[in-house]
Amino acid sequence: MDSVDLSTKEGEFLVLLGPSGCGKTTLLRMIAGLERPTAGEILIGGRVVNELAPRARKIAMVFQSYALYPHMSVYKNIAFPLKAQGVPKATIPQKVEWAASLFGIEKLLQRKPRQLSGGERQRVALARAVVREPSVFLLDEPLSNLDAKLRATARDELQQFQRRIGITTLYVTHDQIEAMGLGDRIAVMQGGKVRQIGTPSEVYDEPADTFVAGFLGSPPMNVVEAPDALIGFRPEHFLPREAHESPAGLTALPFRITRVEYLGADRLIYGVLEGKFQGAKVIARLPSTVMAPVEVGRRYEFAVKEKDLKFFATATGLRTPPRPL
Amino acid sequence: MAVPGALKRLAAGGTHFGIVAAFTIFSAFPFYWMLITTFKRTSDLMNRTHNPFIYNEPPTLEHLRVLFAETLYARWLGNTLLVGLIVVAVTLVLALPAGYALARLTGRWGEQLGIGIFLTYLIPPTLLFIPMSRVIGDLGLQDSLWSLVVVYPSFTVPFCTWLLMGFFKAIPRDLEEAAMIDGHSRFGAFVKVVIPISVSGILTVVIFSFTLVMQEFVYALTFISTASQFTVSVGVPTFLVHGDVYFWGSLMAGCFIASVPIAILYNFFVDRFIAGFTVGAIK
Repeated sequence: MDSVDLSTKEGEFLVLLGPSGCGKTTLLRMIAGLERPTAGEILIGGRVVNELAPRARKIAMVFQSYALYPHMSVYKNIAFPLKAQGVPKATIPQKVEWAASLFGIEKLLQRKPRQLSGGERQRVALARAVVREPSVFLLDEPLSNLDAKLRATARDELQQFQRRIGITTLYVTHDQIEAMGLGDRIAVMQGGKVRQIGTPSEVYDEPADTFVAGFLGSPPMNVVEAPDALIGFRPEHFLPREAHESPAGLTALPFRITRVEYLGADRLIYGVLEGKFQGAKVIARLPSTVMAPVEVGRRYEFAVKEKDLKFFATATGLRTPPRPL
Repeated sequence: MAVPGALKRLAAGGTHFGIVAAFTIFSAFPFYWMLITTFKRTSDLMNRTHNPFIYNEPPTLEHLRVLFAETLYARWLGNTLLVGLIVVAVTLVLALPAGYALARLTGRWGEQLGIGIFLTYLIPPTLLFIPMSRVIGDLGLQDSLWSLVVVYPSFTVPFCTWLLMGFFKAIPRDLEEAAMIDGHSRFGAFVKVVIPISVSGILTVVIFSFTLVMQEFVYALTFISTASQFTVSVGVPTFLVHGDVYFWGSLMAGCFIASVPIAILYNFFVDRFIAGFTVGAIK
C-alpha cells in the first residue's frame, strides 16, 4: 500500500480493480480492520476507525471463499452476526427471513453449507452480510468461484440488490468486465497505488496512464512509441480507412497483417505497423459489420481518428495533452 | 462368459473377506484371551494337556472375587479415572490456546516453536523421572495422585499442542475473520467457530491423553507407594504378581475391565480419530 487516497460517496458502488498482487484485497482488509495500515487514516461515515476492532466498524464483508461456518445451518449462519451483536432474540427470526427473502434462499435455511451449490453459497454469504444492515459492504471477489454462466446472472442480481438497499459498497475484483458492469466508479490499482479513479467510461476512454490503458479492454489499448511520446489507441478505433464514416481528421497507419482471429461478433487482426511506427505490434478489432477483406501477409491502409489518439509521456507513462503527430 | 466374471467377483470377495477376517482375529484375540482367562480355573489354565482356547473345566468367578475383594482394584479404577479426567481437562485448557496461538499468531516462528515443543515429547520418561521426582518432592506431592496430575501434562500438552496446531492450520483464516467482522473478538471467534470445527481434533486429544494416563507405568510407580493411591497400571501388576507367582485369572480380569471401555469409546470415534491424526498432513 502506497499513499492511497480514496473516498466513496454515500450509497456508491465503488470497484477496486487491478491485477493480482496489486494491493486491492489488502486495502479492503485494512478497511475491514483485519490488517493495520502503517500510516494514514481510515474513515467510515466520517469517523476515524483505525483503532477500532473489525466488529466495531459497522461493516460487512463477503469473502472470496464465502467463509460460511460449516458447522451451522444456513439459518444459523445468517443469524450469527445478529447474535454476536446482541440483537434482541425476538427480532432475529424476522430479520433472518427478510435477508433470506432478499436472495431467494428461504427454502435453504435448514441446510448445511456443504449441501449447497456455489451460487447458493454465495447468496447465503450475501444474506449474512446484509442481515445487520451495515454502513459499508465489502466484497472480495465474490463471483470468482462461480462458473461463467452463473457469474453473469449473479452480477445482475448483485447490482439490483445494491441499488435497492443503497449501502455503500466496495467491491474488489481483477475482472474488468465485472468492474465495468457493476461499478458506479472504478479505482484502478497497481503496485499498491490507485492509478485512476473514475466512472467506467472515464477509465476506459480517458485512461490516466499507460497501465490503465493496457489493463482495461480486451484486447487492451495499443501503445506505440513515437520519438517524444507514447501514443495509444483502442483496437476498435483502429479500422481500415474506408470503414471510417468520413475521411476527415484521420491519422493513417499502414498495417501489415500477421494473423486473423475470427470471434463471431468481431475479428481480431494482429499485425505490425509500417511507415512512421515501423515494426510496432498492434491489434485491430473489426466488428462483423465491417466487411473489408483482410488477408494475412498483406499491407492495408488502416486509420485512427485523431480524437481517439491518446498521448502519454515516455518517461512516466502519464497522460499528456494531445498534439498533432 | 458370465461364469468366469462371477467367479472372479467371488474370488475378490473371498480375498477381501479373508484379509478383513484375519485382521479382526488379530485385533480381537487379546480380548478373547483376557475374557476366557478371567473365568478359567487356575488348574485348567496350568494344565498343558488342555486345549487353551476353550473351557475344559467349568468356569469360575474366583478370579473376579480376588480382584475386587482382595485388592483395591475398584479404588484403582476410580483413581485412574480421576487422574485421567483431570489430565484431559488440563491438557485441553493448555493445548487449545497454545496450538491456536502457534498456528495463527506467531508468524514464521510458530512452525519452529511447534517442532521444538514436539521434540520435548520425545525425551523418554525413564530419563525424566529423576528430575521430576525432585520437583514432586519440592511440591510436597509424594505419594499423592496429584503428583501424576502435575507430571502427565508434561508429555500430553506438547504432543496435543502440536496436534491441534496442525488442526487449526487447516481451518481457513477467512472463517475466523468473518466471525470477527460479524461481531466477535478473536477469542469469541475461537470459541464460536474454531472450536466447534475442531471437534475431531479435540476428541483425538481426549482419547490420546486418557489412554496415556491409563497405560503410564514409570511415573506412577516412582511417585506413588501407597496401595490406595495406585492407578490400574501399577496396582494390577504390583498386587497380582507375587514374586514369580502370577495370578493370571485376576490379572486378565483387571486388564479386561480397564481396556474394554476405552476400546468401545475408541470404536465410536474411530473415524474422527483418524481424521484427527491425518488432518494437516496434507495441505
